[in-house]
Amino acid sequence: MIEPHPSPIVRLVCRVAARVIQVFALYVIFHGHYSPGGGFQGGALLASSIFLLRWGEGAPHKIWDLPQRVSFAVGAIGTLIFTVTGVFGLFSADNFLNYSALPLPGMSDAMRHYWGILIIEIGVALAVMAILVAIFDQLMNLQADD
Amino acid sequence: MLCSVIPHLPVRGDVDAPLHRKTSPAGSPVAGYYYVKNGYEDAHTLNAVTVVLGDYRGFDTLGETIVVFTAGAACLLILGRRRKS
Repeated sequence: MIEPHPSPIVRLVCRVAARVIQVFALYVIFHGHYSPGGGFQGGALLASSIFLLRWGEGAPHKIWDLPQRVSFAVGAIGTLIFTVTGVFGLFSADNFLNYSALPLPGMSDAMRHYWGILIIEIGVALAVMAILVAIFDQLMNLQADD
Repeated sequence: MLCSVIPHLPVRGDVDAPLHRKTSPAGSPVAGYYYVKNGYEDAHTLNAVTVVLGDYRGFDTLGETIVVFTAGAACLLILGRRRKS
């Protein structure tokens, strides 16, 4: 439980900046094929935007963000996305994590690899974001109990 | 002792450095040469780092993700335990 910041200016700036950071995080994740970036960096950016919202607006607030209860589950889902993407290779008697075996119709092998990399980057970003948020929430709970 | 070998390192961007040759001095093929040569054809991705990280070395990245997840789970268990006592 975090109290919302008393100053409306701080709250507004936190809200606006968090959305800008989220858009930039999505850019970092999805543009990782052409520029520096990827799942780990994008996930850290997403987590930082949620920290900003937590500090500005208080912990359970009206604006949508990652709820405290589901953050750990989202981390597990992110890791699972990566693993399941890899297991598709095993099912078609190929190597683990060989994205040529992904069931994407009408694509060349190279494009399957392209999409496979994108899918695992999203999984990594979800896992990193959710774990950082879960640790943050747990530490804030500790502080509130003291 | 580590600093004394710095002058003997290959110049940055040296094409003939052992790291950039097709085969290493020991005669084995160099992985970086393969990655740079086939990265775009294999995955249609311009960022070679992404191809190596996500595709050629995908197992390593999977391990990294699992390490992050496990570290988070351990943190939550330890912190949650302290809260109860």
